[in-house]
Amino acid sequence: MSRLTEFLHGGLRVCASGCTALLFSVAPPAHAASENVAQVGDWKGIGRAATPAEVRAWDIDVRPDFKGLPKGAGTVARGQEIWESKCATCHGVFGEATHVFTPIAGGVHSEDLKAGHTASLLKPTEARTTVMKLSHVSTLWDYINRAMPWNAPRSLSIDEVYAVTAYVLNLGSVLPDDFTLSNENVAEVQARLPNRDGMTMDHGMWSVKGKPDVRNVACMKGCAVDVKVASVLPEAARPAHGNLADQNRTIGPVRGVVTAAQVAGTAPAVPSQGVAMLQLANKGACLSCHQIETKVVGPAFREVAAKYKGDPKAFATLIAKVKNGGQGIWGAIPMPPAQSLSDEEIGKLVRWVLDGTPQ
Amino acid sequence: MSALPRAALPGRLQRAPEGFLQPAQIREVAAGRRGFLRSAFAAAAGLRLAGAARAQPPGEEVILRPQPWATSLGQPVAAFPYGQPSKYEKNLMRRESPGLTRVSAASVAFSPLQGMFGIITASGLHFERHHQGWEDIDPSKHRLMVNGLVKQETVFTMDELMRLPSVSRIHFIECGANTGMEWGNVAVPTVQYTHGMLSCSEFTGVRLIDVLDHLGYDRKKGRYVLAEGGDGSGMTRTIPMELVESGEVLLAYGMNGEMLRPENGYPLRLVVPGVQGVSWVKWLRRIEVGDMPYATKDETVHYVDLMPNGQLRQYTSIQEAKSVITTPSGGQMLLDKGFYNVSGIAWSGRGKIKRVDVSSDGGRNWRSARLETPVLSKALTRFNIGWVWDGAPAILQSRAMDETGYVQPKINQLRAVRGTRSIYHNNAIQSWQVAQSGEVSNVQAY
Repeated sequence: MSRLTEFLHGGLRVCASGCTALLFSVAPPAHAASENVAQVGDWKGIGRAATPAEVRAWDIDVRPDFKGLPKGAGTVARGQEIWESKCATCHGVFGEATHVFTPIAGGVHSEDLKAGHTASLLKPTEARTTVMKLSHVSTLWDYINRAMPWNAPRSLSIDEVYAVTAYVLNLGSVLPDDFTLSNENVAEVQARLPNRDGMTMDHGMWSVKGKPDVRNVACMKGCAVDVKVASVLPEAARPAHGNLADQNRTIGPVRGVVTAAQVAGTAPAVPSQGVAMLQLANKGACLSCHQIETKVVGPAFREVAAKYKGDPKAFATLIAKVKNGGQGIWGAIPMPPAQSLSDEEIGKLVRWVLDGTPQ
Repeated sequence: MSALPRAALPGRLQRAPEGFLQPAQIREVAAGRRGFLRSAFAAAAGLRLAGAARAQPPGEEVILRPQPWATSLGQPVAAFPYGQPSKYEKNLMRRESPGLTRVSAASVAFSPLQGMFGIITASGLHFERHHQGWEDIDPSKHRLMVNGLVKQETVFTMDELMRLPSVSRIHFIECGANTGMEWGNVAVPTVQYTHGMLSCSEFTGVRLIDVLDHLGYDRKKGRYVLAEGGDGSGMTRTIPMELVESGEVLLAYGMNGEMLRPENGYPLRLVVPGVQGVSWVKWLRRIEVGDMPYATKDETVHYVDLMPNGQLRQYTSIQEAKSVITTPSGGQMLLDKGFYNVSGIAWSGRGKIKRVDVSSDGGRNWRSARLETPVLSKALTRFNIGWVWDGAPAILQSRAMDETGYVQPKINQLRAVRGTRSIYHNNAIQSWQVAQSGEVSNVQAY
């Protein structure tokens, strides 16, 4: 935790526990609040005391010193079960990433656990995984607890959060298979984290008065004698953002460059059925796992159409699956319910898939 | 794209082909058959001559012939109770950058800076960045809890927050990852994608320091504030109390004269002037005063800057001085030689913009641009400068200087310190190359 002392700014003294009473004295503020905006003191009756139960319900953050970490425990094995049913859809069975999210595990070696710095962060070719960067166990526990699973945050129990945290650290080569993570041993796990000493506050971008990295000079005449164009937009990237003519005003001193064969003014005002259905599928977060032709996490839409061809119950079956979620037909990874689509939208989408995704 | 044909009268702006060609003719142009265009212009001129019986045309149709909008009854008031832009402005909208993120609920929609004026971002064009989708929260059910090192842990309703003394301030908000795609090489074509995680609005709300003073916060130990969102991601960021004590940090509910838009945190967000957007926590539900930084996910795993020695810089927050020319800019086409009003925006997280210089020769020579008022601390500042394009290749650049004397750096200067593998806080000088054809494209030149 010595790094944390770096955060304490210019001359600030850490108050020993005995001085708490002093802190609540009514000394006038020595800062910009004295601009007379507030007229503090006239606010009686505005705001009410938070109840202890309310503070417990909302104050869920866990700090690097583990303040806020509730008691509990979870095994790597239990974490694996939860992972495969609730997390692998987006993160991959081994945390190796899918089309949904970037990799969580990988890139950590046993020397890193001793060094406290993840060496592969120095390799330009290495993808930066969560565990490679992670400097605090509290960060991982806190985030799983507050925001995961992505489509159902705060649905895991305390022990489940411990278990998933343990499993992520197991996938990340930090914890052995038979490990049980608990509030009792979390500090020992912190001491093993590969990148625990990998962070620095040695920069000028925390404080508004900080020192910038670079001091350019405002030369006005005959400055850079040998200007070179070091990088240009690759030809392939030119049309990658669509037709730029459609992204600029049609009056004024300039126009957008035409970067696509379909030109503004000729495009139909109403999108084709295929485009409209893809937009709907995107709204329902379906495209994270499904594509039209290719199997990604889930089956391709064309595969689904082929499987259910001639099945009179297909329409009803698939509506139920999209609405409520499903698992087992195409593999172990479950499909979460499409919560952001209405029944009518689900119906349209299923009809389109069964029709063979016409353009 | 090669040069568009010049108008018969030098210096006159010529309409772009998509404005007056038939669809089949536009396909010809798109396919690169440009000779056709020249004959189209000749034909158009010829037709006009024929119609005017071999005399000079008497004038333009739009003037000589009464137009529908001048010869009919217009729409009634409140035809659209909430007004919309003209149908002719539909090209300017927020857009995602294909391939940048994997899911649109944890993604970015960029502001169309290439078509914007002045310093205020229209609320509907404010950039979006969500970590777990956006919600439209019922304001009667929204609460702000203030806890931690305060004398009285307190809950406020929106009714109560909106009773308190309010201030209105104009500030920019820029994502720490803005221009992050360009740390290594040029990657995206237009200013919407290079710089569009940037907006500027007038925010109205209560100063956080006034609320903390009211609640008797611990001035000695309470050197950090944790801000937490009420959305699924429960976004959390640590704010230094030093910034709060400056009186600048706001609990904001108003934006550009109306309530915040849902995508921007309705009904309550934190405003942290000068600091990257991720700290401006949306759907703000809780403020905790504490005695150490919190090392949350978005200040430990993300929003950390990878340095060449493998260390990650944590809590990099301030957005240093930066500027960009928005007109003309990448992906645009100059319609003719002659005069152009080169226009852009400059901003600094450390105060006011003092000066903006513009170069049209890749940085050899510079001229100071005119700054439009108001010039406000930690707000966008609009600059303009005249430029006569002689038809030769050029490289346009802008360079901001803020009131601390800091001069916006070149990309190679930043890379010399931070390497090429950072993602955040790229405030380098932007270069736009103007080709002989008039096409403007994104380059890195130094």
